[in-house]
Amino acid sequence: MSARRLHIAVTALAGLMFAGGPAAGYTVYVSNEKGNSLTVIDSTTLQVLETVQVGQRPRGIMLTRDGKQLLICASDDDTVQLLDVSTRELVGDLPSGPDPELLNIHPSGSPVYIANEDDNLLTVIDLPEREVLAEVEVGVEPEGVGISPDGKVVVVTSETTNMAHFVDTETNEIFDNVLVGTRPRFAEFTADGTQLWVTAEVGGTVAVIDAKTRKIIKTIGFEIPGIQPEYIQPVGVRITKDGAKAFVALGPANHVAVIDAKNLEVEKYLLVGKRVWQLAFTPDDALLFTTNGNSNDVSVIDVPSLKVVKSIPVGYAPWGVTVSQD
Amino acid sequence: MQFGQRLPSPATQGPETGKALGPYLYPALAWCLGVFLLLALPLAPTSQSEAQAEPAGEIATVLIGYLKQEVKRLIPLSRLNVEPDDLGIAGAEIALKDNNTTGKFTKQDFKLDIERVPIGGDAVEALRKFVESGHHFVLVDAPAETLLLLADSVKDQDVLLFNVRAPEVSLRQEECRANVLHTAPDRAMLADALAQYLVWKQWQRWLVVKGVFPEDLVYLDALHRAARRFGATIVEEREYKETPGARRSDTGQQQIQLQMPAFTQGAPSHDVVVVADEAEIFGPYLPFRTWDPRPVAGTAGLKAMSWHPAHEQWGATQIQNRFQRFAKRFMLPLDYQAWVAVRAIGEAASRTGSSEFAPIAAHLRSDELELAAFKGQKVTFRAWDGQLRQPIIVAGPELPVSMSPQQGFLHEYAEVDTLGIDRPESKCKFARGGE
Repeated sequence: MSARRLHIAVTALAGLMFAGGPAAGYTVYVSNEKGNSLTVIDSTTLQVLETVQVGQRPRGIMLTRDGKQLLICASDDDTVQLLDVSTRELVGDLPSGPDPELLNIHPSGSPVYIANEDDNLLTVIDLPEREVLAEVEVGVEPEGVGISPDGKVVVVTSETTNMAHFVDTETNEIFDNVLVGTRPRFAEFTADGTQLWVTAEVGGTVAVIDAKTRKIIKTIGFEIPGIQPEYIQPVGVRITKDGAKAFVALGPANHVAVIDAKNLEVEKYLLVGKRVWQLAFTPDDALLFTTNGNSNDVSVIDVPSLKVVKSIPVGYAPWGVTVSQD
Repeated sequence: MQFGQRLPSPATQGPETGKALGPYLYPALAWCLGVFLLLALPLAPTSQSEAQAEPAGEIATVLIGYLKQEVKRLIPLSRLNVEPDDLGIAGAEIALKDNNTTGKFTKQDFKLDIERVPIGGDAVEALRKFVESGHHFVLVDAPAETLLLLADSVKDQDVLLFNVRAPEVSLRQEECRANVLHTAPDRAMLADALAQYLVWKQWQRWLVVKGVFPEDLVYLDALHRAARRFGATIVEEREYKETPGARRSDTGQQQIQLQMPAFTQGAPSHDVVVVADEAEIFGPYLPFRTWDPRPVAGTAGLKAMSWHPAHEQWGATQIQNRFQRFAKRFMLPLDYQAWVAVRAIGEAASRTGSSEFAPIAAHLRSDELELAAFKGQKVTFRAWDGQLRQPIIVAGPELPVSMSPQQGFLHEYAEVDTLGIDRPESKCKFARGGE
């Protein structure tokens, strides 16, 4: 019981801290695919703090669960680089296998799951030891990696096979495959773990999958007046922790779709920069950052008002984005 | 730069080797030997028994044939453009691997058998054998007249042919066949893709220079049609009649240096020289040698094509790497056209959950087909003529320059249908219902 009380106290404290607006400055990291760099942004001032040179073609990025290091898929260097966030210096590599594109980290902090787009593999790496634990053979051109909140299931999407592969994290074996729309790029579980959302770039849709039965509950399509359907290419997807809203980056349609995550209907389209790739919330779900690959900027969406409040110039061809927990 | 070197593996390819312009073809001995051995065997004698022997509910096999009619080709001007022996076939092979990786999860198996028909050989008989051994899907790498013979020989049978090579517009128009899908773009698509870019670039005044072969004249027709559609003007048409100095003769280079400026001298004002010379008799000599300093496009210089070895957009890097590791050479348009055909069969099989002919063939022709093919949008087959609807790359020798359709060329339904023969102008009469 005391632990529970403590939890409540901490939550209340956190609530107090956030109540005063975005006083708690989070750090936003953006990988610039063609700039071979990382742009660091302060979420309060929305100013660029620093640009750090990293490996070649950095794409998927993610902070370690303890927030101390940033993992960077340096695709053209065939490695995942580790950046110390306090010094902003590269401090090591993970043996990721060739052409890492996206990764995810187990809720316990390790292992790291990396999609090797060139090799039809999901590589499982022990983070502290920096050692390969397993390689899981998946479909052609694996890309998106989602992990269930309880850490029991990792899902990898394969772009040419058009499947979401469900992998048991205990055995590192595939236990189910779900055919989804064409060229699936990103997989994201809801915070309660009941649903998995998978975007299909060429199909132009998002599949919402029941995580337990692994049946598709609904395939959501998009329609924006004045934009040809072939430009609607869903890539990144993020869902608010309360399960109320989902945001989908629509690529060269230059919009982010807002979806009512309860009834799975599209509510609104927000105009952002050109060729929007990936999305990341601040931990309080108050702001959403979008990487716009062709306009070399990041759009900032105010989540409660569903308004684009700012665009921040970053490096050349921004791709991945992640935000610190504190 | 050494042209004879083997292609470095993409994983180890450094920036400087990446610039190597020459090696469009690396006759990979091991691979050629492999193909040879395959051919030395009788044509898939066990295929049919395998297909029938499978117990229900277990792994089902889809048999795919690749029928190549060998033809005598003129030696191209540039030795970079000599056809690799496994052109097209390697593309089909890599697609087969992709299909079978997916098939592991869908409990489907795909098998590809290759049959090369020698010059003067009987392609119809080769196709008959394929069909007899259970190959209902056959890629045809052959001239237009052979394709028509083949299509008519299997009329009303459960056979679907994929034209992976022949660019003749007539095959999609008066001479269209209901049992043929075309993954090769036709000349109209290629001319339209190029014309859209030239017009977008504001190079609207074209000096057209043409060869004397029938292929040159049909490409010329496509150029005329494209110019009319997209607002370009052909200021003059000039025919190249002479025999250029042989490149290998000692004085060849010097002669050409004098011939090409003289040939293009005294033309009305023009923005670009557009070449119609499919056999490469003189076209490749024109860039950097025209009388007026003008870019060259058409069958030389800036060209329209389904694929370029340096295309890396929309995930193409992955297939280029896969292909190069496998074939030990760069991926060329015909490889891509064969890849698309085999992948389309695989995609239809996995979507329908079937290995049977009818559901796969129906899915291929339906609006349901959504094939991801590294072009930034799904590719599908046009209902009215069986032509693959696909964006077309416009490229120089080393790099893609653009991808058509260009923005601003609008279409009622799909911008990509601004390339090639659109439904209202189609003369194809395999008319299937209310399409």
